[in-house]
Amino acid sequence: MGAKAASEPWVGRPLLRLEDEALLRGEGRFVDDLDPVANARHAAVLRSPFAHANIRRLDPTPALDLPGVVGVLTGADVVELSRPFPAGIDSPTPHYAAAHEVTRYVGEPVAVVVARDRYVAEDALELVDVQYEPLEPVLDAEVAVSSEACASDRSFHYGDVDSALARADLVVRERFRSARWSCTPVECYGVVADWSEAERSLTAWANFQGPFTLHSVAAGALGLPGSKLRLLTPPDSGGSFGIKSAVFAYVVLMGLASRKLGVPVRWIEDRLEHLAASSSSSGRLTHVEAGFTSAGELLALRYDAIEDVGAYVRAPEPATLYRMHGSLAGAYRVQNVAARNRVVLTNTMPSGLNRGFGGPQLYLALERTMTIAANRLGLDPADLRRRNLIRAADFPYRTPSGALYDSGDYGSCLDDALTLAQYDERRAEAEAARAEGRLVGVGMACVVEPSISNMGYITLAEPGEERGLPKSGNAEGCTIAISALGGITVHTATTPQGQGHRTVIAQVVADRLAVEPSDVDVLTEVDTATSPWTIASGNYSSRFSGVGVGAAAAAAERLSEKITAIRAHLGDGSASLRRIAGTVHWNPEALPPGMEPGLAVTAYYAAPNLLPPDADDKVASSGAHGFVADVAVVEVDRDTGEVTVLDYVTVHDAGRLLNPLLAEGQVRGGLAHGVGAALFERHVYDEDGNLLTGSFMDYLAPTAPDLPEPRIAHRESPSPFLPLGAKGLGEGTTMSVPAAIANAIADALGRDDVEPPFTPGRVWELLRQ
Amino acid sequence: MKPTQFDYVRPDSLDEALSALAETDDAKVLAGGQSLVPALNMRLLRPSTLVDINRVPELDNVTRGSTSSLVVGARVRQSDPRLNAHLVLAAVLPHVGHTVTRNRGTVCGSIAHADTAAELPLALLACDGTAVVASARGRREISAEELFLGPYTTALARDELLVESVWPELREGDGFAFEEFAQRGGDYALCMVAARVRGTELRVVVGAVAPVPTVLTVDADSPGESAVAQVEPWGSVHGSPEYFRQLVRVLVDRTVVRAKEQAA
Amino acid sequence: MIAVDVIVNQRRYREEVEPRLLLSDFLRHRLGLTGTHVGCEHGVCGACTVRLDGAAVRSCLLLAAQVDGSEIVTVEGLAGGGALTPLQEAFHRHHALQCGFCTPGILIAAEDLLARDLPPTREQIVDMLSGQLCRCTGYTAIVDAIAEVAGA
Ligand code: FES
Ligand code: FES
Repeated sequence: MGAKAASEPWVGRPLLRLEDEALLRGEGRFVDDLDPVANARHAAVLRSPFAHANIRRLDPTPALDLPGVVGVLTGADVVELSRPFPAGIDSPTPHYAAAHEVTRYVGEPVAVVVARDRYVAEDALELVDVQYEPLEPVLDAEVAVSSEACASDRSFHYGDVDSALARADLVVRERFRSARWSCTPVECYGVVADWSEAERSLTAWANFQGPFTLHSVAAGALGLPGSKLRLLTPPDSGGSFGIKSAVFAYVVLMGLASRKLGVPVRWIEDRLEHLAASSSSSGRLTHVEAGFTSAGELLALRYDAIEDVGAYVRAPEPATLYRMHGSLAGAYRVQNVAARNRVVLTNTMPSGLNRGFGGPQLYLALERTMTIAANRLGLDPADLRRRNLIRAADFPYRTPSGALYDSGDYGSCLDDALTLAQYDERRAEAEAARAEGRLVGVGMACVVEPSISNMGYITLAEPGEERGLPKSGNAEGCTIAISALGGITVHTATTPQGQGHRTVIAQVVADRLAVEPSDVDVLTEVDTATSPWTIASGNYSSRFSGVGVGAAAAAAERLSEKITAIRAHLGDGSASLRRIAGTVHWNPEALPPGMEPGLAVTAYYAAPNLLPPDADDKVASSGAHGFVADVAVVEVDRDTGEVTVLDYVTVHDAGRLLNPLLAEGQVRGGLAHGVGAALFERHVYDEDGNLLTGSFMDYLAPTAPDLPEPRIAHRESPSPFLPLGAKGLGEGTTMSVPAAIANAIADALGRDDVEPPFTPGRVWELLRQ
Repeated sequence: MKPTQFDYVRPDSLDEALSALAETDDAKVLAGGQSLVPALNMRLLRPSTLVDINRVPELDNVTRGSTSSLVVGARVRQSDPRLNAHLVLAAVLPHVGHTVTRNRGTVCGSIAHADTAAELPLALLACDGTAVVASARGRREISAEELFLGPYTTALARDELLVESVWPELREGDGFAFEEFAQRGGDYALCMVAARVRGTELRVVVGAVAPVPTVLTVDADSPGESAVAQVEPWGSVHGSPEYFRQLVRVLVDRTVVRAKEQAA
Repeated sequence: MIAVDVIVNQRRYREEVEPRLLLSDFLRHRLGLTGTHVGCEHGVCGACTVRLDGAAVRSCLLLAAQVDGSEIVTVEGLAGGGALTPLQEAFHRHHALQCGFCTPGILIAAEDLLARDLPPTREQIVDMLSGQLCRCTGYTAIVDAIAEVAGA
């Protein structure tokens, strides 16, 4: 990919990744590869075997007698040394880094043993004397909602839903359930924590991904000002997809262990711990009421959502319910929208960020509803959608709940998808196949993919009068420094976990400084003591291509202006970068009068339009909005319930593509997670709250033979609000696939009561009824 | 996920291996380790001693047996190309684990582990094979029918080592088919069935839906239906008992049809 | 303690280990070869795959004590200090890695398949990958990269 015309920018080209060589040689630096502090001792976590229990006794003494054991941190110590984690809403039960007196989910930490190595630490775990008194667990969100386990109940009204429903020709009333599942990165959590008594500060290395709001949450729990929690992330992270945001709770736990025991503590989560007690998506039960005219116009939409966030409201929850708030109407023009949001606690693992974050739950309900309505009205599901889609001429478009959709051409994307999928032929074939007794179906989904979250949307979870100080924000930072010999170093706080940020930032900076991307070194490790971060920093809500890149572009532009000014002052318009750098560093007196010395710039960038929620509860919840139109064709084996995806087409419009190669990778990865959630993945608890999917033998993540080979196409409607016109695109297919496949399966089976994941056993139970 | 402490013995001869087994109460034999080591890592098993037979020279043989059969020694890996000479093994082995786990996992180890959801115990039973077991006390043969007593439980005594498995060949004119249903490629099966047609005799074996691989007496006209009546599967996170019965019905029918086609 | 005398990536190591020390921990933490990754420690994900005496194996399912007298190649040994191998190059060109955590295990497993008598078909490559978990890529690019080297 070296050759290019001199004028052609690097941005927009499928540049191969700068990250790859180190990873291919085994030189990646992941958290468990680092030895950042001498003499760290190894931790293992004692975890509750009960979903709900009183801890009658917890005596670590026998463990302390084992040779090699340094000490034990108990839940009682945690309560003494720290405060509960703050969250977006007041929780009925305070949440500490470990349970004290009562445990609330299987896998909840109750103590930490620190020892010479992990083997000894696990031996010692077995020696801790702990006695539980099991209590009745709450596992059913519908039961929980009418008890004190309901942590929040808020209603929102935009337009006039009641009268619109009253004049509708058809009102669809259905319920949809999204299961708990997790993206399960192949690398688990890791933390190294080093407490300094002299400084009363904690230094911690963790494969954290942001949002750095959670840095404040962790510091708050530790009772430290933010400056005294120095958090560092390693350069490489083995995937996250949202999940590793919740490692912050273990930063606190290991920090307390280090503080109590006076040694640095290293904890590398194992897979069983990860599946039981890291993080997962929320579960959601949504009742929908949707009114349509007989011609298929969507008049009103009402959601009643019960959100299962697990045992505690752990920050940033209940954000899953609000991330999509501006997009409650999805891709449609409907003006009358209402939502009731209830958050309930159950005795299961707490939820948190998970690829798609609220999108899969919303669109399962909305996109199933659209297809159901089409069928009941005798319309083609594609026609019904087209009739309601926001029109290209309407952008920028303000949704009833407050989002400002930046750009798009939804109708053309849908047409592209239908053409690529040969939709009409596929529909006819499916019908013919069904006439022969086969179970073939075609489904679709149209979703708006928001990116760049407004940190303020979460305050919607509290009524306006209780919101306190207004919150908004989405800023990212970036520092670029040029050394005396002309070397360019970029420091970003975007905490990539495989998305290729180094490569894209190098493209952006190379264009602005007129160098090659390979001349640009991009450091991805974050150190909260030295990195250019903000509270909104991190790698979530697909914010990189908007604000991560925006900050890098801003810094590069300012540097470029400075370099141009120096060239002009030197009277040498073609002076090399090396010559300029040499001059700045070695002979600052040669700079233009009044110019600041130095050749480094830190810039911050925030997407515009993201205000705090207003008095009417409207919020621009995201900075940019892409669009995805999918068509799925499936066949169900009547005998075994097995689902085969015969074809999958997805068309995206994420604005300008900064690097089409990496964009393709994100779409494919998001799609794989969507297929996982649609066909395989689910955390299952039995009636006592025991986790039945606690290992990779029972928690089924799809492997190569299990995934379709999707056909992918793009449109590019640049965002007018963002500096490079690029929107996020890593989550759209995770949002669309479960809905599209559910629609296809409903079509194949000729019934509406279908619910992912469509594992063969579950599908066959439907067939049997 | 780290194992508990154990002693490790690595005998260089079969005699040494057998005396090591005789000397300890709760020793475990380490062959390929593809089932054993996960259980050690999860601390589901806590043996005091591991007897690693990977250096015992006598156990690496694949030979022709006295009757028409293939004799497979205890160290022979599932990926060993010599096994492809046996039609049943060649049909079943691609379903066992994954390419990489077959490089290490052994045929005999899988049989001794006696997981009802594993393919090789079922295959041995389908062939009417036998296990040759040895101890410091001597050697004996156990037919596959008598070998599997329950989940992860065999007729081997505590000090016995499964040194060989004996795989009778299919005969001229036999038909054989194997089917399994797993949710993902390479997973443990939710249900699996092997069928052998020999003249008018129909031998059908099911696994994963009963505590041990089980020979069923099936009606040639309605094999699936007659098979279902003979199993009592338990439900799991992956399906209800009724679903597992359905898989038996479907797979038995499919397997019998294919085996008959082959025989024809 | 068990004496282990082993060659890893053409370098000889003589160490003493506890019997229960897993090979994955031995390679990563005793020898400092952190290119081999650990994703499950129960044999499912394949991230820990290394080449032992010519065959790809799960290092989380072996004891360090077992490799005494053996020869091991880890991801660090594929290219050694030299140019990337054709397979590594193909992974780069096809964007077959994102976070790269699964990559070392997949490279070793794929080399094993490519080293067999007959070059693998695309179907065999997909089947092999059923034992290697990747959560980033959706696998297509990985299959493409291996298939290119196989000429499939
Ligand atoms: S770590 Fe060895 S297979 Fe997952
Ligand atoms: S590249 Fe991240 S798991 Fe494969």
